[in-house]
Amino acid sequence: MSVVHIVDYGIGNLYSVSRAIEKAGGEAKLTSDAGEIARADRILLPGVGAYEPCISTLRQTGLADPVLEFAATGRPFLGICVGMQLLFDYSLEFGKYAGLGLIPGHVAAIPASDDAGTRKVPHIGWSPLLVPEGRNGWEGTLLDGAEPGVSSTYFVHSFNCVPDDPARRLAEADYAGFAVCAAVEKDNITAFQCHPEKSGPAGLRILENFLRK
Amino acid sequence: MRNTRLIARLDVKGPNLIKGIHLEGLRVIGDPQEYARRYYEQGADELIYIDIVASLYGRNSLGDIVARAARDVFVPLTVGGGLRSIDDVRAMLRAGADKVAINTAAIRRPELVTEIAQRFGSQCMVLGIEAKRSGAGKWEAFTDNGRESTGVDVVEWCRRGYELGAGEILLTSVDQEGTRKGFDTALIDAVTKVVPIPVIASGGMGSTAHMVDAVEHGADAVAMADILHYNRMSLPAIRAAAIDAGLRVRRDTEIAA
Repeated sequence: MSVVHIVDYGIGNLYSVSRAIEKAGGEAKLTSDAGEIARADRILLPGVGAYEPCISTLRQTGLADPVLEFAATGRPFLGICVGMQLLFDYSLEFGKYAGLGLIPGHVAAIPASDDAGTRKVPHIGWSPLLVPEGRNGWEGTLLDGAEPGVSSTYFVHSFNCVPDDPARRLAEADYAGFAVCAAVEKDNITAFQCHPEKSGPAGLRILENFLRK
Repeated sequence: MRNTRLIARLDVKGPNLIKGIHLEGLRVIGDPQEYARRYYEQGADELIYIDIVASLYGRNSLGDIVARAARDVFVPLTVGGGLRSIDDVRAMLRAGADKVAINTAAIRRPELVTEIAQRFGSQCMVLGIEAKRSGAGKWEAFTDNGRESTGVDVVEWCRRGYELGAGEILLTSVDQEGTRKGFDTALIDAVTKVVPIPVIASGGMGSTAHMVDAVEHGADAVAMADILHYNRMSLPAIRAAAIDAGLRVRRDTEIAA
């Protein structure tokens, strides 16, 4: 059975993530042990709430370096929500905070539209996933089997990732005319802004694909 | 147009799923877990659990129900009823909740809204409102399931709650709740005009036309209880009606079992 080590730095809906991994057919192990992270077959970096407490706690617990070392091994790495945002160079949430720098780019606020009724922030709810321009479908990625424009996942966020290289964008979602960066992919790393663990069957399929990596 | 969430609301008392009218005259429906699983499998976008007696007795019996739900239900769970402190919220999130709805404790001590938002994020802090009509275009906020008057104006309180850090509002009309006569659309209008955060309309859904009304008046999500619990309509049928009416709802709700 595929084992997923979930990086436990005290932040994130770890129980829900664990349960979803199990439902997808894997074994979930919470870990805050640097050695265990380094040796893992695959890791999942969760995160909810604000950016600064997440990144500073990850560093304070001594887990930032092991996560970076793991990323360099080429083994499958999954980031979710703030766990995605942490992979970028920096975030502009309540200031400017450096991230892990694994994916060139930054994290910025979703622009609230002038007309308060059209685009509310936070973006909460289900949105269909779309294939970004210039990308040729999702075959072989964690979104293998998802139907563009139909398969939907649950989002809850006020900030959005902006990779320097648009080709890193694996999936987008249209939020009242704003193209949310729903997922990114770089080498062995895939990360989702939305929550696969809270996205019903479509989300469980993403986790099943991760377990097969 | 915005996307609309279809939410199943489960009011619980002790170990039981219950349903009342105007949040009173409660009838036992059954085991909440059985209903939660069914609603998940039928494609509910989210579940809301409210322990409707917890704040009366100053206790919370919800943890076990939530933990059980989180084992089998892979959509967001919002939990409310009797949560009064950061520790209460943390315990609920650990049990598997994604968001907490706070009513009574927030009215008593509004700073709690900010504390929860700062600690766990605004996305987690749902302001629970029990609104009763108090005059033309006026509503008063109640606590303890519509029993306790507070003198607080609902629209003003929603605005303040947003400023304090609430990320979402669960707007229950006590007048309409359990009546199947439709949502209080004037209330939805009044609140959605003053806050830029998502508003969940709750109380009164008796038909799919009511759902469409609520969305046209600004609701971002529609909570339903009676119509589901008594099997008056199934979620897939409600979703199909939403699509027919041109609402933007999730379309990929396969059978989740």
